[in-house]
Amino acid sequence: MTRNPPPIDLSEPPAIEVQGAHKHYGALHAVDGIDLRVARGEIFGLIGHNGAGKSTLFKMILGLVPATSGEIRVGGATVQGRDFRAARRHLGYLPENVVLYDNLNGLETLHFFARLKGAPLAQCPALLERVGLAGAGKRAVREYSKGMRQRLGFAQALLGEPQVLLLDEPTNGLDPQAIRDFYATLRELQAVGVTIVITSHILAELQERVDRLAILASGKLQALGSVQALREQAHMPLTIELALNDADVPAAVLALAPLQGLTSTAHAGGLTVICPRDAKMAVLGALAPLGTRLRDVNIYEPSLEDVYFDLRKG
Amino acid sequence: MEFHQIFTIAGKEFRDRMRNRWVLAVALVFTVFSLAIAYFGGAQQGTVGFRSIEFTIASLVSLVIYLIPLIALLLGFDAIVGERERGSLDLLLSLPITRLELLLGKYLGLAAALTLSTLAGFGLVAVLLYQQFNWAGLFHYGGFMLSSVLLGLAFLSLAVLLSVLTHERTRASGLAIAAWFFFVLVFDLLLLGALVATGGSVGGEAVAYLLLLNPADVFRILNVFSLDDVRTLYGLTSIVPPALAKPWLMGAVMAGWIVLPLGLASWRFKP
Repeated sequence: MTRNPPPIDLSEPPAIEVQGAHKHYGALHAVDGIDLRVARGEIFGLIGHNGAGKSTLFKMILGLVPATSGEIRVGGATVQGRDFRAARRHLGYLPENVVLYDNLNGLETLHFFARLKGAPLAQCPALLERVGLAGAGKRAVREYSKGMRQRLGFAQALLGEPQVLLLDEPTNGLDPQAIRDFYATLRELQAVGVTIVITSHILAELQERVDRLAILASGKLQALGSVQALREQAHMPLTIELALNDADVPAAVLALAPLQGLTSTAHAGGLTVICPRDAKMAVLGALAPLGTRLRDVNIYEPSLEDVYFDLRKG
Repeated sequence: MEFHQIFTIAGKEFRDRMRNRWVLAVALVFTVFSLAIAYFGGAQQGTVGFRSIEFTIASLVSLVIYLIPLIALLLGFDAIVGERERGSLDLLLSLPITRLELLLGKYLGLAAALTLSTLAGFGLVAVLLYQQFNWAGLFHYGGFMLSSVLLGLAFLSLAVLLSVLTHERTRASGLAIAAWFFFVLVFDLLLLGALVATGGSVGGEAVAYLLLLNPADVFRILNVFSLDDVRTLYGLTSIVPPALAKPWLMGAVMAGWIVLPLGLASWRFKP
């Protein structure tokens, strides 16, 4: 099941625009020439090994780290310089593995960040409720579980109704229900035009939930597109599961014999066929003569994880 | 510069120190130590009991010169590096706040906590001893309290500088202790050693100016020269040129010791 990405309007200025961005620390090229445009209202995934440059790119977009060269704009404006305060009021950020203040309670934590961000304090209780911490607002953060801390961090990022959200490993430490709730919130935000850039090491989680994603390796953009586009780019084979009575397996093998580039493996209850993407319809056509002897067909796309490792192999 | 950003940070730092009873604990330490020193300070001369304000201040100066730098350094070393290690520094800096505002907020909040505990601690002693003091005595004692606050602020400024320059808390705490050893224990020994080794022939006057490179010594000069009796007690008059024996000048040097490390910290502060 693939989500239909919303129509991306490239006529208006992109929410985030990265042009020829470089960040060099001496000989280390943490970000090495990245061009990227994220449209308004897009959920954009950023994936890569540790040290691939994701966090540095985040910090460059936030204006925390000046680019060695290149240009970065958020909402058409630079995040540094004279107007940086206005630009940053519209940004929400959740850093990776952030530890908030143990001695404050949940509500005090949000109040502190709301004051700094210039957001109304009245938003804070509603945000706690939105991330499922309504009952824990008066408890010290010291007593929070890892998942609760992460949710508090997310609530902090939502202060001031940001137009752009940058979330570094936001689901770290969340349980499955909380992950589901988290992505439901992201979709609500997307519906009102919020642009979201998200990183995760759990690729299965991003697979169904991002409109597009970029794979970063050694500071370079290795691939960019929707999950489906990356699958096509990776030329990875499909897996087709045929459910057959054992007696009908030889007939199926015979039917597929004329086709090139297939691998078929018989097993109890059917046949597994691995075929190139463009041979899918040919395989289905070749199986048509079997009629109802073919009891079921399932086609499996390669997972984002498979695609990721394949593309990284280069 | 937006002052409400500075006050938001400062307010949090100050409230943290009130809430975890840091201010109370340090104030009590000051009170207990200074009462003990005021009472037993003359034991080496064979007497105990409260004596003149000058004796009390002279004894307190020797206590404060060890204690306040240590407390200020321990208070401040964590200011920035702690946020960095927690991962919250990037978050703070992603907000509409400049690095200078963050740094000043941290400094002012911690400075308020240190100032309050110093004034409360020594102020309580003044209240307890007010019968021994006349008005002139109270005035001098006020000067001593003020200079103690300045001493604390100078070492707090150094601590914040160390906190900005390091990337690990353990390293920052090590450097804070090393700074204490250097300024409080080693610096005077080195100067004295140089003076003795050269037989006092080289730059007797220069040595006095070198004392200005150490806020602890500035504090000593500030207190020693504000009181005639204390001056005779210390017998230091001979090495400090009269040009330096002006409280306002020493106060200005101390202010320099507060502003300069902070300025350096702001300059070197990178996310």
